[in-house]
Amino acid sequence: MRIALIDYGAGNLHSAAKALMRALDETGQRGEVIMGADPEVIAKADRIVLPGDGAFRDCRENLAIVNGLEDALDHAVRSKGRPFLGICVGMQLLATRGLERGITAGLGWIPGDVVPLQPADPVLKVPHMGWNTLSMTSAHPVLEGIALGPQGLHAYFLHSFHLIPEGTGNLIATAGYGGPVSAIVGRDTVIGTQFHPEKSQVLGVKLLANFLKWAP
Amino acid sequence: MLKKRVIPCLDVKNGRVVKGINFVDLADVGDPVESAKAYDAAGADELCFLDITASHENRGTLLDVVRRTAENCFMPVTVGGGVREVEDVRALMLAGADKVSINTAAVRDRSIVGRAAEKFGAQAIVVAIDAKKVSGDGQSPRWEIFTHGGRNPTGIDAIAYAREVADLGAGEILLTSMDRDGTKAGFDLALTRAVSDAVTIPVVASGGVGTLDHLVEGIREGGASAVLAASIFHYGTFSIAEAKRHMAEAGLPMRLDGLEGIG
Repeated sequence: MRIALIDYGAGNLHSAAKALMRALDETGQRGEVIMGADPEVIAKADRIVLPGDGAFRDCRENLAIVNGLEDALDHAVRSKGRPFLGICVGMQLLATRGLERGITAGLGWIPGDVVPLQPADPVLKVPHMGWNTLSMTSAHPVLEGIALGPQGLHAYFLHSFHLIPEGTGNLIATAGYGGPVSAIVGRDTVIGTQFHPEKSQVLGVKLLANFLKWAP
Repeated sequence: MLKKRVIPCLDVKNGRVVKGINFVDLADVGDPVESAKAYDAAGADELCFLDITASHENRGTLLDVVRRTAENCFMPVTVGGGVREVEDVRALMLAGADKVSINTAAVRDRSIVGRAAEKFGAQAIVVAIDAKKVSGDGQSPRWEIFTHGGRNPTGIDAIAYAREVADLGAGEILLTSMDRDGTKAGFDLALTRAVSDAVTIPVVASGGVGTLDHLVEGIREGGASAVLAASIFHYGTFSIAEAKRHMAEAGLPMRLDGLEGIG
């Protein structure tokens, strides 16, 4: 299995690469993680992972300036249906628009806006930073075998904005933080996690393994 | 529900851990990556690296440590010490830091906080505040920022400064009481509470932990979102698991599912 881990200068890829290799071991499959932004590599990949740390606008600009990258992603994911995982800002970029420091157009693969977190309880601090449990909104293969709910496993969050998808169909899981926080979104062969699976120990490796096994 | 965090801190000098941690299975107690892996396996919620290397020329060594740690740990890492420019933040982020802590540079020039947050997002920018009580008994409490390990007073009010850096875009405050640091007498709870109430971003309490009850107090009375400790973990006085179970038994929301690590 060839996993393309997109390098577009928006954060470190080492932990994600390592976690994907670890997840690959769990699936018992052989494969490799290829870091880069080469359209050729993306075209031949069996799985595509888009990480992203930082501000929405900054990541969006970084993505746009790599020649041919967006076209290659669009073709591989939307035309050919390759399974795709966006992580953190890599997930937020799936939205129609980001509202962090002005309005920035996203990839528009999952209709919705990326908006500031506003917990109903003013005592709750923003950023939403740390370990939280997940509640399922719609069943999805990437959640298979993962204990959910208040007594379930934890995922690591580090963010001040989240993606609110239009309608509820594309929302897979939420975390509770003074109201629901979008934790996982998905549509067709696209999935995105607001939390960092590569930093989420047990839950993270399991989710990544599920993503690699997923055959939509 | 979001859980309270327990964060062990490693002091790193020229790429080596200064106070070696007392873990039985550790092949090399001075290797920060080995220590990080041990804490990862023990279920720490995050790890903090504090670079205390005096010279800026050895920066490459720290970046290498951060890179190797990120490759070997499935937990978030904050790196601080010696960050002077936005470029230093970028280098650490690209090496694998999840958050970067800025201390003296922000005291000298607040604008670095906003510039770094704009580039990397508020969630990645931690401002470290070293504060000391300057008011006498009977006076209303006042804490000032000190730099250079608590030696240099700045005259800056710690609470006002915390508010200011939060407004500029800091995503977290790492608050160390220089009065309590190394004393094992517990956090300066009044300071922790005052800063925590003054800002809407998370505060990490640091300085003075000697018992597990101190960790509980930092959250409950200090209002902190996380507690940082060094020596009680390094010297094996308590394990991460003991700390988290104790806090859970005291009624605090803790993550207990990572305590065995993922091997």
